[in-house]
Amino acid sequence: MIKEFVSEEMVINMGPQHPSTHGVLRLEVKLDGEIVKEVIPHIGYLHRCFEKHTEALTYPQIVPYVDRMDYLAAMYNEFGFALAVERMAGIEVPPRVEYMRVILGELQRIASHLVAVGTYGLDVGAFTPFLFCFRDREKILSLFELVSGARLLYNYIWPGGLSKEIHPDFVRLTKEFLVYFKPKLTELNRLLTGNKIFIDRTANLGVLDIEKAINYGVTGPNLRASGYKWDLRRDDPYSIYDKFDFEIPVGDGAMGTTGDCWDRYYIRVREMEESIKIIEQAIDNIPDGDVKSAIPKRIKVPAGQLYTRVENPRGELGYFIISKGANNPFRVKVRPPSFIHLMLLDELCRGNLVADIVAILGSIDIVLGEVDR
Amino acid sequence: MGYLDKEFTDSNIIVTNLDALLNWARLSSLWQVGFGLACCAIEMMATSASHYDFDRFGVIPRPSPRQSDIIIISGTVTLKMASRVKRLYEQIPDPKYVISMGSCANCGGPYWDHGYHVLKGVDRVIPVDVYIPGCPPRPEALLEGLLKLQEKIRNESRVG
Amino acid sequence: MADTEFIKSVTDRFTLLLGEEKASQIVITESPFETFLTVPAELISVVMTELYDNPALGFDSLVLLTGNDEDDAVKTKNDDGSETLTGGNLSVVYHLESLPNRKKIIIKTIVPKANPEVPSVTPLWVSADWQEREAYDMYGIIFTGHPNLIRILMPYDWEFGFPLRKDYQNPEFYQGIKVPY
Ligand code: SF4
Repeated sequence: MIKEFVSEEMVINMGPQHPSTHGVLRLEVKLDGEIVKEVIPHIGYLHRCFEKHTEALTYPQIVPYVDRMDYLAAMYNEFGFALAVERMAGIEVPPRVEYMRVILGELQRIASHLVAVGTYGLDVGAFTPFLFCFRDREKILSLFELVSGARLLYNYIWPGGLSKEIHPDFVRLTKEFLVYFKPKLTELNRLLTGNKIFIDRTANLGVLDIEKAINYGVTGPNLRASGYKWDLRRDDPYSIYDKFDFEIPVGDGAMGTTGDCWDRYYIRVREMEESIKIIEQAIDNIPDGDVKSAIPKRIKVPAGQLYTRVENPRGELGYFIISKGANNPFRVKVRPPSFIHLMLLDELCRGNLVADIVAILGSIDIVLGEVDR
Repeated sequence: MGYLDKEFTDSNIIVTNLDALLNWARLSSLWQVGFGLACCAIEMMATSASHYDFDRFGVIPRPSPRQSDIIIISGTVTLKMASRVKRLYEQIPDPKYVISMGSCANCGGPYWDHGYHVLKGVDRVIPVDVYIPGCPPRPEALLEGLLKLQEKIRNESRVG
Repeated sequence: MADTEFIKSVTDRFTLLLGEEKASQIVITESPFETFLTVPAELISVVMTELYDNPALGFDSLVLLTGNDEDDAVKTKNDDGSETLTGGNLSVVYHLESLPNRKKIIIKTIVPKANPEVPSVTPLWVSADWQEREAYDMYGIIFTGHPNLIRILMPYDWEFGFPLRKDYQNPEFYQGIKVPY
């Protein structure tokens, strides 16, 4: 018998400057030849002290900082924070605002998933989808710019309402966008989803089963890709999501095993379709009213604590606010989905090849701004 | 035959001084370190992607600093990151240029007061050529910043 | 509220499990928005294991682990105008959720700043791993039994204390770089 060949263990550093770590993430990779034995993520390179800031600022002042956490889904972060504050301060928002929030939130979900899908293609070596996705994302950003004046970080959804009245062209342009965007998804599917090379690269890779996923605290698309139907828009409804009719797609292992990288990728594509459905139902029914009428002059939150959560494009985004009755919160703790998902990386990468790290990391879809806050 | 031959047979000779030629060559292919830090990096990516197309100014992201000419500090530099940014800068071969993109890289941005872990301005660790204000600067602003940098290079004199 | 009833049933279970005397240390605390259980740190392991293992409770997911500074230190003024803080408490809040039973429960434990030791729950929920490290990083709460309790967000060589404590002072220089604006 040939004696088993034992190679020397090697340690490789990936990042903090690395094109596929999606920001400033450092991975310490222990290798046995090409096989990954352990991945140790080192984070904190973008720790911007969000929680310290919240203790010094008033509630409306926190909104811009909330934007800067998950900068790919800023609208949704604001949505969650506004909801948290409103629940505590007992503010009722007008239906017009609710509708707008849902529409903007779902547009944001599409924009965020477009980045996830596009950069995922880039990570595994397909350049064209990236350009396609960014082209379409640009269109959503210009819609956001229309309503809020900013492209990336909006400061638009305030506790109690919206910071500006809706632009008169918004409804028309959003409808135009939907008409434009639907065929683009088919295009994306033809280009990437069913691509043989892409499937070979991602199917059966980094499989995450349900039990492990729950124990790791995984939520959002990553949990659904493993086949567990859990969506806070349905399971812990907030705002007016219970008025709309939409599916919750779950992974089914169409190209390999349930919960593999391909499933995690495809779940995002299908969620974009569902978001389109929601927007279509909402866009024609925006009630009249004043979006600013419920914004209080001064927000005072009674003493107490409350955990509010929403379904961010990346998973469960929660705000745990402790108030002592002052103008500014005593403590705001964020439950960042990406932070929790990143813990998975080591588990999923073990035993795979070095080249697969990038494919797995891309499929989890993290945003470093939120991991580090 | 080749392209150059034709140039010469058509007597398309351009007379210029060496400085201008070198500067022209330098400013037309500014390869940047493919390196993003925070929210601003997303705008930088948007600038490189379709619609704004950084490529038309000769800016191509390179994965390695050793093959690059400029570094765009796109976002918040934290204390933990500061030494790495410095190291990256040092790895770029001369001549090298730095664009500081966004308020964070300029001066700490929104985190200037309570940011116990934020570096208040990247110029505390490396020299900066162009500052672009904004949080985040729009892609147009980044393009403008790049044009300013090109202008700066155009007016340099290295030969004598 | 149905919520309170459920919490009551949980405490009854602990009375059976731990006996009257110990279980009386587990207190139902009503705050204006959320009702939670206050559990002393010594009992955290038992309580958590029961919540996790008992199929009738089945709390299979740790949603959030929060470190917190209670800010109840006693301030005394020195002669030169400076202030000294004595005592004070830190706390840890656990938000648990049972996906099959659709139930949520909140557990809180309070520990003194002088000896902030809480048993780790990482062996039960892996998602506690980094969250405990973060609580250590920000507040200096020591989770006994944690496999790798080191700083996570701040630099590994940060020696200026725990930044989210209310009495934290930022250093003037870090590695020769000026820190304040
Ligand atoms: S300047 Fe603004 S957009 Fe840019 S990194 Fe800083 S916070 Fe983000």
